[in-house]
Amino acid sequence: MDDSPVTETVTTTTGSAGENSTPTISVAGAAPTIAPDREHDQLKITLGEFEGPLDLLLYLIRQEQINIYDIPIARITDEYLRYLNLMQELDLALAGDFLVMAAQLIELKSRMLLPRDPLAAEEELEDPRTELVNRLLEHEKFKAAAQMLWSRATVEQAVFTRAEIETDKNNPEVAVGLFDLLTVFQKILARHKEEVMMEIEREEVSMAEMIERLRNMIRSAGELNLVTFFERAQSRRELVVAFLTVLELVRMAEISLTQKETFGEIVARAASPA
Amino acid sequence: MSEGAKELSMSEQAKAAVEMEVEVVEAEEVEALDGTREISATELQSITEALIFVADEPLDAKTISKVLRVEQSAVDDAIQSLAEEYDRRGGGLQLREIAGGWQISTRPENHEHVRAYLKSRPSAKLSLASLETLAVIAYKQPVTVPEILEIRGVQSPSAIKTLLDKKLIVAKGRKETVGRPMMYGTSKEFLIQFGLKDLSELPSIEDFQDLAAE
Repeated sequence: MDDSPVTETVTTTTGSAGENSTPTISVAGAAPTIAPDREHDQLKITLGEFEGPLDLLLYLIRQEQINIYDIPIARITDEYLRYLNLMQELDLALAGDFLVMAAQLIELKSRMLLPRDPLAAEEELEDPRTELVNRLLEHEKFKAAAQMLWSRATVEQAVFTRAEIETDKNNPEVAVGLFDLLTVFQKILARHKEEVMMEIEREEVSMAEMIERLRNMIRSAGELNLVTFFERAQSRRELVVAFLTVLELVRMAEISLTQKETFGEIVARAASPA
Repeated sequence: MSEGAKELSMSEQAKAAVEMEVEVVEAEEVEALDGTREISATELQSITEALIFVADEPLDAKTISKVLRVEQSAVDDAIQSLAEEYDRRGGGLQLREIAGGWQISTRPENHEHVRAYLKSRPSAKLSLASLETLAVIAYKQPVTVPEILEIRGVQSPSAIKTLLDKKLIVAKGRKETVGRPMMYGTSKEFLIQFGLKDLSELPSIEDFQDLAAE
């Protein structure tokens, strides 16, 4: 668990939520909730979106409505540890960063309890909390900056530039010629020749049936490798019908063919209504 | 070739060809030195618009002036009046400066309809962790991974990887310190995706101070 939000299910304690999980832009979040997940028969525990110990600390400070420049270290340390305990009880894999912060807080707490050394030099009289406060403020600034970036990106997503200009390079569709189609057909034909077949009863497939078959195959799969289509043909005659079917549907602009590279696979898909 | 040319030996023919070429180049150079190919302001504006339209990336005046072999200031003027024209017209397109160049795009007000036509939905591209990491890199660049950790208070290896994959950040060499850690900075793609002319257009990080202190 590195920087994934602390939103985990009990049974998957190590699974990181991953970078591309639904991003939520919210300042560190809600109070912990436990909700049964009916579908998976698990308990789903949400501890808010804590991106690490600083986030958790900030959340606690905000929740308790504490002045960030005058943090009651003892109280906040207790709160922080209570959260860590909760997380441990839930058997969440705790990132080391959380424990480091706990140690720092406890150290801070003890330093606050000790009377100040009256003989100490001026600069050592500095509030021991200062460093932590500065880190928290710095962290919060960058959280705000992240929000700003997020809204900029959102605005930017409302702006569109022109679609890519068609060139031979980015439009393989124009590159499929009749000869490419014939080459694929020849290959299949050759493969058929090698198999000695006993045709006992010839099943005639009409062009209309073949068109229906091709349509169905494309509809169900979304796109179709022509080799797959041709290979379904049982006989040489059926193969010829299949080939004509492809030509026919291309002519009627019902399907379009694409080929990524010369002699590569030719893929058929429903033509986009242009 | 004329009858006479056939009688020339091969070397002489080659020599003649070279001489001809030299003359052509010289003629072009004279033209370029003048800096004024006879292009009227209207024509220049028209060509500039066409080039910005076909360019895959924001196009800068310098590149245009090189292609057209005209003074950059003339191109600057052309772009300026083009931009004014776009604003005045108040049409569906805008000409705007982004990532150090110029780009023609739709106006954001039309996004709903454009999306409906394109059947596209706005996609949330980056996770919170990635965005925060990106913010730190944008403001602190060039910055190393340990420095990012210091600010975020949490490791961010997967965020760094995502940002690199999306080409929003680039490696900017190594820091001459213990372990020589890699330094990162934002890329041109970052400027494009976040609609920035350049980095100075980012609001100052201190502006977030008040917000943070509440």
